This record gives sequence, structure tokens and C-alpha cells, in this order.
Amino acid sequence: MVIAKSNTLALQGTEAVALAMKQINPDMVAAYPITPQTEIVQGFSQFVADGEVDTHLVNVESEHSAMSACIGGASAGGRVMTATSSQGLALMWELLYIASGLRLPMVMPNVNRTLSAPINIHCDHSDSMGARDAGWIHLFSENAQEAYDNTLQAVRISEHPQVRLPVMVLLDGFIISHSLDRMESLEDSTVKEFVDVFKPEFSLLDAKTPTCIGAFDGLYGYFFEFKRQQEEAMRNAFQVVKDVGKEYGELTGRPYGVFEAFGLEDAEFAIIVLGSAAGTVRHEVECMRSRGIPIGMIKLRLFRPFPANELIEAVSHLKAVAVFDRSDTFAGGMGGPVFTDLRSALYESEKKPLMVNYIYGLGGRDLPVELINKAATELEQVAQSGQVKEKINYLGLKE
Amino acid sequence: MPKSFNVNKYLRMDKMPHIWCPGCGNGMVMSAFLRAVDSLQLDPNRVVVVSGIGCSSRISGYLDFNTLHTTHGRPLAFATGIKLAEPTLEVVVITGDGDATAIGGNHFLHSCRRNINITLIVINNYIYGMTGGQYSPLTHKGDFATTAPYGNVEPELDMCKVAESAGATYVARGVTYKPVSMEDMIIKALENKGFSLVEILSQCPVYYGRMNKKGDAVEMLKWQKENTVTMKAAAQMAPSALKGKIITGVLSSRYRPEYTEEYENVIQQAQESAQ
Repeated sequence: MVIAKSNTLALQGTEAVALAMKQINPDMVAAYPITPQTEIVQGFSQFVADGEVDTHLVNVESEHSAMSACIGGASAGGRVMTATSSQGLALMWELLYIASGLRLPMVMPNVNRTLSAPINIHCDHSDSMGARDAGWIHLFSENAQEAYDNTLQAVRISEHPQVRLPVMVLLDGFIISHSLDRMESLEDSTVKEFVDVFKPEFSLLDAKTPTCIGAFDGLYGYFFEFKRQQEEAMRNAFQVVKDVGKEYGELTGRPYGVFEAFGLEDAEFAIIVLGSAAGTVRHEVECMRSRGIPIGMIKLRLFRPFPANELIEAVSHLKAVAVFDRSDTFAGGMGGPVFTDLRSALYESEKKPLMVNYIYGLGGRDLPVELINKAATELEQVAQSGQVKEKINYLGLKE
Repeated sequence: MPKSFNVNKYLRMDKMPHIWCPGCGNGMVMSAFLRAVDSLQLDPNRVVVVSGIGCSSRISGYLDFNTLHTTHGRPLAFATGIKLAEPTLEVVVITGDGDATAIGGNHFLHSCRRNINITLIVINNYIYGMTGGQYSPLTHKGDFATTAPYGNVEPELDMCKVAESAGATYVARGVTYKPVSMEDMIIKALENKGFSLVEILSQCPVYYGRMNKKGDAVEMLKWQKENTVTMKAAAQMAPSALKGKIITGVLSSRYRPEYTEEYENVIQQAQESAQ
């Protein structure tokens, strides 16, 4: 294995993503400013202005137009990208389904910020979780390095002939986007070779093969079949995400899977978490393990498609699992989205852990080590007693 | 302006200090609006201030009226709902150039077209300030922005002309440099029975000013003085002398039927024919 040359940099999450976009050198980027995403496209626009990329940058008048322009660009056979956050993603909602329904590859970094109301610009995962069923692949990042790595891999996953689905690369607003992080970047030429050239299956610009994209198919058409194929593509994505993650690991020394497990082999109970909170959780888990407490953790990277089989295999031997969700489903006591998915996945499993849910950090509420310790201590009691006192818990709520 | 004018009684003092940068024009417009409300002796409980997203849209949070802080680009849509539900309320939208003309452009057009009795005050600082200085549809061609490091290639929109042609019945353009005339325009806009636009040319010394080497807030106000001409003065000037100047003042004022009244008429007719 030969690790490609890399450069050690200190970058904010937004800068790391902008750098990845520069190295991908997409044909078109269409975007609209929104906090905390803005600096991604702002940084990228400097690369465009300085002639460091060949990209057509379109500063549109809303996110709805940004995603529309991307759909147009991808239909014309281009490699397209945009980036957004929060209300911007919400405004794209009807187009998200069109991008996935038309099976158009594209990559969109989304800097996770909560949704109004009341107005709040800080981090939680409500925005991307709201687009959970839009047919996009969701990759979560823990830090600037992962946001950079995920953005590069997302291109390969999205454009894979067995997938051809849009991908969202998720990074936590402010915590990752605006924090300076030490990271390794690849050489431009290495990325160019890794992402290769986009070969569209169909293109509106291919005059020799006229194509009709997205037309009304009637009540007796193939709409249902298209949707079934979309689900099939999602199932294909599991293997593609793993293959691309492995290849990227061979290139960089940083392999990626669908999730990252820590200390699970000898653990009796574990925490599952997404995004930047994984770093703090890992710290607390390490501290507790050094005191002989049998705790482990899983950092989920791939949320859509949901890696149910792998997760079942990883957690079924445990006595108890706490799922940390940075958003709520407001389903009247069902818990957060990761919790409901994992509980559903474990239904047929013969051996399954007791499960508790901790909803935390909504609207940027901090998740200090003390709160993780509180949840972990309660989880230990669940594992020891075999009883769940409170299934859905809100961590760090003002009393 | 009455001598007894006390701005604090209209403000939510617990929300102070405000978020605006030193030299920003938003406070000057807010103050002119409050003086206009005070001159007209409007009952604060009958005034609704709606805003979108951006620096200027933070005004709604500071005013002790009925206020609604909404989503980006949509304050006119929310305001239309409020006005239709209760036409006796004085509904005012205070927002910025990006919110009103880019993401909210279509709501702007149709509010003008309906001539609904809402007052729209747009604080035009030529830039998206809150997100760090991207160009907006009102950024002049050639100006610099974080998304236009070598100059904006897109031509700017004249929102007053758009408003007039779309059907607004009171259209005025003021400058923060002239607070008294700004206040007077807002008074007339509030008095107009129909859709009113008051575009205020304002200064953003931190983003727009710095990127375009316009100097500090004082320099930017001087720029307004040197580059704007009132309607009255312009009428006496040769076209060559007006080149590159921005015309201020009441640009259009006329009568057209007002939307909520027309709507009420339809309701009356339908009820009469049903009896």
C-alpha cells in the first residue's frame, strides 16, 4: 500500500469542503448564501474568480433555484454541486425528490443547522433529517477531515453506475464548519485521478441520442417501477459506500465504512452517535473504559441508506444501547430518527439490547462531557438492572 | 417630530444592545419609522411589523409592536395573510434588498400588483450583510462582493421602477443621509391606502463599504449626498448632469383600488346574492 502524498493544513470545516470542491473541479456550482454554509461557496467563488477551477458558478436568487439549476446541469451531463443549510435545504425540498427521482448524481454538502421556528442558526440535525425520505444518500462527518474525505468519496458513490443517486455530505454547523481543525489534504492530481471524469448515462446535450427527462408518465406508466428502482439503488449503495471507503483508505490511510465502532467487542453497553458529538462521546467512553466500565460506542457515518444488518450484528450482543439523536421526530414518544430506525431494525433479531434514546443539542445546546457521563451512567444502570425507566430522554434541557 | 418623542417607549429595551455593526444604517431607518409612527399617533397595539431574514429584518425583534419574524424572502406573504385576516391593522414589512428582491422577488411583484394596503420599507445596503457580503440583485454592476471578488457582472435591479410598473400606488426612495425626508416618506407610505414601497439607500461600512473602498459610515453618507439627486432638482437638470446619479424622492403616487377593499366588496356581493 502506497499512501498518497498529503499536506497538513489547519482549516475550518467550510474551508476543508471548499478545498475538496476545488479539487473535484465540478462543471457547475449553483448556490445561495445561508449561515453557516456561506463560507463554503464564498471560498469556492474565490477559486472560480482566480481561475483555479473550470466551474461555472451561478449565484442564484434562492436555494430553490440552486437545486433547480443543479438538476438542469446534471441533466445536461455535468458534474454539479451546491451547498446549503437549514431553511435553505427546506426550501429545496420539492427539488430534492426530483434530483433523486431522476437518478441524477450530484454532491451537496449540508452544514447542519436547525429549522425555524423560533429562529435559531445553530447546530442540530433537524434539517437533513427532514429530508430523510427524499431518496438522498446521507454521509455524516465528525470533523473537518471527515467532511473533506466524505465530499471526495461522495462523488464516486453518487456517480457509481449501480447507484446514480444524489449524496448529502453532512457537517455540524459552527462546531465543524467554523472551527479550525488540523487535517490532511491530498494533492490536486491525486483527487483528479480518484474522482475521475463523470460519464453520464444520458445527457440532454447529446443531440445524437435525444432524451426525455422527467416527463409525465400517466396513471398507467412506470412511476411505481421507477420508485422501486430507486430503493434498489439505495440497497446497492451499501456495498459502493464500503468499496469507495476501502479504496480511499488505501489511498490515504484513512479507510471508511458505514460506521466506526470503538470498544464494542468487550462492551456490555454502548452509545450510538452521529456527527461532531462523536469526538466528545469517544473521550468519555475512553475515560470510563480506563476505569474498567464495559462501555463502547458506534459513530454512524451512513444514515441513508440505513446500515441495519451491520448495526444488528454490532449491537445484538450488548445488554443496552443508548442512541444519541440531535433531532426529534415529534411522533409522540417514539424518539429521534436514529433511535426509531435502529429499534425497527432490531425487531426480528433474536438477541437484542434494551434501548434508550437521548435527544440532545437541539438549536446548538452544548453537549459537555458531564452530560454524556450522566447518560452513560444511566445506561449502565439499565444494563445492570435489565430495566428501562425512561425510554426517551432529553439531555441538557433547562429544568 | 413632536418634542416629547421618546423612542424607548416603542422599543423592547430588554433586547438591547442590538446586533448591528458600528455605522450601520438600520438604526437610522428604525428611528425614522418610529418617528413616523409617533407623528401619526398610531396605536402600537394595532401595528404589525413583519420581517424576513437578514440584518435589517432583526428590526422586528426590537420593536414593541405586534411583530412576526418569518422565513427568508417571505415577509410579504405572511403580511398578506395578516392584512387579509384583519384589514384594520396597520401592516408594515421592514426588510433588506436580498430578502425583498432575490428570494422574495415574486412576493414583491404580486403584493404590488394586488395593491394590498401594506407598507414595505426596504433597507438597501447593496449586499447580503448577515451572511458576510455576497452580492444581491441590487448590488451595482462592477461593485465588489465576497462572491464577486473581481466585480459584479450582473446588472442591478431598480426596485422602485419594478414596484411602479407592477402596480404599487406609492413609491419613494430615500437615503439615510436625510432622516427627516425619510421619516416624511414613511408617513406618506403609512397614510397611502394601497401598497407602498419606501426604498432606503443605506450604508454597510463593514462589508459593502470595505470591499468597495467606500470609506467609513460618514464617507458613505457623503457618497449618498454626492450621488443622489431629488426628483425636484433633477427636473431642472440636463440629462448629461444626471448621468450616474440616483434619483430620490416620491417617484410615484396614484390611486388604484385596494385589494382588501375589493375583496370585501366580493364578499358583500356574494352575501347579498345569497339572501
